[in-house]
Amino acid sequence: MKEKVLLRNAHLPESHRIATYLSRGGYKNFKKALKEMDPAQITELVKEAGLRGRGGAGFPAGIKWSFVPKNSGKPIYLLCNADESEPGTFKDIVIMEKDPHLLLEGIAIAAYAIGVHTAFIYIRGEFHDGARILEEAIEEARRENWLGENILETGYSLDIWVHRGAGAYICGEEMALISSLEGQRGYPRVKPPFPAVSGFFGCPTIVNNVETLANVPFIIERGVDWYRTMGSERNYGPKLYCISGHVNNPGVFELALGEKTLKQLIEEEGKGVPNNKKVKAVFPGGSSAPVLTADEIDVRADFDAVQQAGSMLGSAGLIVMDETTDMVNVTLNLARFYAHESCGQCTPCRDGSLWLVKVLRRFIEGGGNKDDIDLMLEICDNIDGRTICPLGAALAWPIRSVLQKFRSEFEAKLRTDA
Amino acid sequence: MVDSGLDQKFIDGAEALIARYPYRSAALLPVLHLLQERYGSVADEHIKPIAQLVDVPPIRVREVITFYTMFYRPGRGRYVIQVCRTLSCSLLGADNLYDHLRKKLGVDNGETTADGRFTLMKVECLGACDIAPVMQINDKTYGELTEDKIDRILEECE
Repeated sequence: MKEKVLLRNAHLPESHRIATYLSRGGYKNFKKALKEMDPAQITELVKEAGLRGRGGAGFPAGIKWSFVPKNSGKPIYLLCNADESEPGTFKDIVIMEKDPHLLLEGIAIAAYAIGVHTAFIYIRGEFHDGARILEEAIEEARRENWLGENILETGYSLDIWVHRGAGAYICGEEMALISSLEGQRGYPRVKPPFPAVSGFFGCPTIVNNVETLANVPFIIERGVDWYRTMGSERNYGPKLYCISGHVNNPGVFELALGEKTLKQLIEEEGKGVPNNKKVKAVFPGGSSAPVLTADEIDVRADFDAVQQAGSMLGSAGLIVMDETTDMVNVTLNLARFYAHESCGQCTPCRDGSLWLVKVLRRFIEGGGNKDDIDLMLEICDNIDGRTICPLGAALAWPIRSVLQKFRSEFEAKLRTDA
Repeated sequence: MVDSGLDQKFIDGAEALIARYPYRSAALLPVLHLLQERYGSVADEHIKPIAQLVDVPPIRVREVITFYTMFYRPGRGRYVIQVCRTLSCSLLGADNLYDHLRKKLGVDNGETTADGRFTLMKVECLGACDIAPVMQINDKTYGELTEDKIDRILEECE
């Protein structure tokens, strides 16, 4: 990518202040949208740009917006998903802390397009600084009438509020997020109805990820043709990649979507594995994505190519494991995470995750039975697709993939008298 | 507001939060955060007045505080140390760092030191994997931890 887009202001001193943002042309796209465009035109533009959701599923944002029923008579809500709870993911926090007004402008344009007058940013509870910076940014924007009543005397009004979570991975799932925002436990709900029809307190609700919304001002400013010069077929625009684990240079890197392969990302951005070790395995899209072996990472890092390789780009959080990594330990670490974070509504996920933890502990303590590997695969099959929300799959996929691709490491830990 | 044990300043702050939402009940999490900032934890005697304030049955408040990990019951230390144990941190030695803290403080997961200074907790992903291994002490995140670095950080906690 020739220039930074989402991170174009991040290096500036006081980048989080409205004065800095305005000096960089900030809010002019919201002004253009309000004064020169009608809402349907904006949605159409976002559709044509092919902006796909950056939260994990890669669903086209403009199409999602168009699911809101016309004239339901109910208020419509926009919820910005800033829960960023997927292990290995730490990209949205960069936008929120370094360029909060970019997010607010993205929310404002989207809200105008959808017909929203109240939007919430659901930020994970652990992001104390991020929440404070956003609150201050909202206050700044309100003082200058970019938010609030009768914005720029157009008659359009919008409030944005920050809502802090309180430490629950599941609240990154959109229906759980809605339950949590209603003041309840973060319990996912059966879809349909989809939130665009019946979400926050039964009202039409759009849930979009931080990075998704941060793309919107640029689409208004520079148009569809420019947007589609970045990225690969059906995967357009700028993308933030997170790289962590066994790499020399962990961090957040902005590239065009699919500009590099997973392997190039690790070698060129992550600067390779420490101590000249080799890559053993990679979770390409947070820990919920099926694992890829070192032989499988020469694949374009976009939604479609990673899916064709048998995994998913997800939140673009690459977790890299070197050749010395004990994959049985990795599997226990994952199982324990999902067992802890299961909301407990669905038996297969609640109990299955705990069974996996128990069996894996037995392995690590040297008591693995020869049927245990197949038992764990069967548990995964019995969780996957049998739960209200995708947490079941998010736990079954990575664990099943490690069991299949690194079976010999589990066999090496079977009890010797088995 | 002697009855509820909640002072007027808190009630005013809570009402300002409640006004942001279409229903009072939606403000339960932010009101609990505010309560915890003011009073340090969510105590049993807070449950009923908070329930009344946001117009939900008391059981809803109990459901919520037992579901989310960031609401604390009374008895936690002045410094709550949360050590991330999820994958990226674990790959870079989080388990050893936790053991170091456990031995140094003489407490295990969820326990508080006898002097009331530290509560030690193993937690899941804190969303800062680029600086793994990480821990949070109260509101502050510390990354690229080593045993020495942890020792220096703890010395600054009074």
